[in-house]
Amino acid sequence: MEPISAGALDIIQPTYWPGNYWWHWLFYTVVVIVFMLVMVIGAIYFERRAMGKMQTRLGPNRTGPFGLLQPIADAVKVLLKENIVPGVADKIVHFLAPVIAFTPVLLIFTVIPFQNGAMLADLNIGILFIVAVSSIATVGVFMAGWGSGNKYSLLGAMRNVAAVVSYEIPMVLAILGVVMVTGSLSMNDIVNAQNIPNILVQPLGFLLFFTAACAEINRSPFDLMEADSELTAGFHTEYSGMRFAMFYLVEYAEAIAMSAVISTLFLSGWRGPWLPPWLWLIIKTFFVFFLMIWVRTIMPRVRIDQLMGLAWKFLFPLAVINLFATAIEVLAWPDASQWIFVGVNIVLAGALVFLGSRLFKTGLGRVEV
Amino acid sequence: MTTTQELTLKTEPFILNIGPMHPSTHGVFRMRATLDGEVVTDIEPVFGYLHRGIEKLAEERTYTGIIPFTDRLDYLSPMSNNLGYCLAVEKLAGVKVPERGEYIRIITAELQRLANHCVAIGAMFNDAGAYFTPFLYMFRNREKIYDLFDMLCGQRVTYNYMRIGGVSQDLPEEFLPAVAKFLPQLKKFLDEYEFFVKQNEVFVARSKGVGILSKELAINCGISGPVARASGIKHDLRRDDPYSIYDRFEFDIPTAENGDCFDRFYVRVQEMRQSVRILEQAIKQVPDGPFRANVPQVIHPPAGESYAHIESPKGELGYYIVSDGSIAPYRFHIRPTSLINLGALRNMVRGWKVADLIFIFGSIDITMGEVDR
Repeated sequence: MEPISAGALDIIQPTYWPGNYWWHWLFYTVVVIVFMLVMVIGAIYFERRAMGKMQTRLGPNRTGPFGLLQPIADAVKVLLKENIVPGVADKIVHFLAPVIAFTPVLLIFTVIPFQNGAMLADLNIGILFIVAVSSIATVGVFMAGWGSGNKYSLLGAMRNVAAVVSYEIPMVLAILGVVMVTGSLSMNDIVNAQNIPNILVQPLGFLLFFTAACAEINRSPFDLMEADSELTAGFHTEYSGMRFAMFYLVEYAEAIAMSAVISTLFLSGWRGPWLPPWLWLIIKTFFVFFLMIWVRTIMPRVRIDQLMGLAWKFLFPLAVINLFATAIEVLAWPDASQWIFVGVNIVLAGALVFLGSRLFKTGLGRVEV
Repeated sequence: MTTTQELTLKTEPFILNIGPMHPSTHGVFRMRATLDGEVVTDIEPVFGYLHRGIEKLAEERTYTGIIPFTDRLDYLSPMSNNLGYCLAVEKLAGVKVPERGEYIRIITAELQRLANHCVAIGAMFNDAGAYFTPFLYMFRNREKIYDLFDMLCGQRVTYNYMRIGGVSQDLPEEFLPAVAKFLPQLKKFLDEYEFFVKQNEVFVARSKGVGILSKELAINCGISGPVARASGIKHDLRRDDPYSIYDRFEFDIPTAENGDCFDRFYVRVQEMRQSVRILEQAIKQVPDGPFRANVPQVIHPPAGESYAHIESPKGELGYYIVSDGSIAPYRFHIRPTSLINLGALRNMVRGWKVADLIFIFGSIDITMGEVDR
């Protein structure tokens, strides 16, 4: 084994820590939690400022320089608030829901590489693990909706379950394309294999995954479970104080986690010239998050039947076609240059999205009553 | 042995109480919605949470003293309310308004229509779930109109600007140039806004064919204003029963065919264009002279009754006044546009989803101050 004689940054690479299982675990647990909290604070500030700019207003600019302390001020306010539990609530479920919604987000960060091999656990099924744990948040959301004893909450939770179950499928199919191209399920290997970022090799996969991820984490225009104009606040209507803060944290942490997953899968993760790898990851994460903010600013919310219709009639067929096209490319011409596939896939993606949007009919509309 | 009856899952209607404290009920409207899953099977509107008894209070005030009450009816278009009321009293007392006063009234009323439609369109997008962007761009323009009104009478929301026989004060010197500068900006903005909205897939999917109000139903329910015109009824009091000096201006009455939410948006945008057209003509023609007829503060109109109706931004707004010859009306009644336009809501939303319920409700454009009075 190599002696510990490397540079300061190299020391966090697990290869230099032979046998130090617990040290590794402790170090990365702290890193993951701190990283997530700092990123969430950054994300809240970034979203509010960016949306302010897009909406011809300023956004928060009073607390601290450029309003940078706004998320902290919000956190202090929300923590000092009274924690109200409704009388008809199922107390235990109501109490547990934010915790259960919060845990999976942390778990997603455990398999995201900050640089080559720098991650809590280099699982050889990393992306499968992410797909598995990210669905658990739904349980928390549904518990919140059911346990609150509020009809708005229940409606919001029901919508969320329906959406997540449907969007999981195009999401996983989009991931499969990436897995075929890179030949691995490990997040680190996926990054290492991306000499050309996957967004070019799998453009359709990127679009599908981005859309499905937005629905999965309930970002606008798929934020039906919160639907502030219909359901007041959806599943967390009856939450206040610390527990509301947990849900708020989960919302942004999920967005950041999904942005990080998208950066890793499609934007070649920590790879990039000049800057240190972890900074590249953060930049790419914020870039993807900015796309989400952008979509949120310009889109009205879709209706529940349109949401389901989009998943099953538009995303699902496209994902299957993408999967088969990728499989054929990988199997038939394993030695061909990837740049050929880049060209073919971009043309294919454009044609399919165009055709799909022409053929796709949103919907059911009115029901006879 | 199990029969089919037993195997069928028994479901109960789900009653959801929307409002009076709800972000999208435009005030304190309340709907008891009966849901079947996400589908609205029935709604029962409940209102009266904002009742202030304006009609009764008015019987204790002088005719001039009622004008501030009318500001608080439809608080998104106070100028139009002022105008309708003053027309009713002038009809009763036989007051002739000087030319300049008439022009100032038209200018303010049309600016008010623009301001109201800014809110109506913006709020409708918010109800559709757009996170404040279309709303704030519309409000930026409404803000400019409010600045103009501020210049005019020193108030931004409740103006109390019109008087019986004219308006309370003359136009300030800088007002007309400011309007002339604002109109081209607004026209350009409207073109841009309409372009972006029509391109928006999600908005089109949400609004086309949603919440259809048929022509027959609209007529039977007495629906007026942009909601009726979106259903293809070419009815506009400015053209059909011209009050004030509306017969001097050239303008079209935009209508649409389908009567869905998209058409209600579209008609409002076109109406804003027509308002701009009227304003462009009006600001060129404003004559010099007195802005108010010589009317005493406390008037004693002859015993009798009068009814005046105007095309307010929301539809037909009527005032019915019965006088017994004293300084206060014997009976004061308002034909509230918002309340009557709400009449078709139940028919419009049945069978649509919860999300559509909010959206259709928003597309009618009501103000609770006018519904409850």
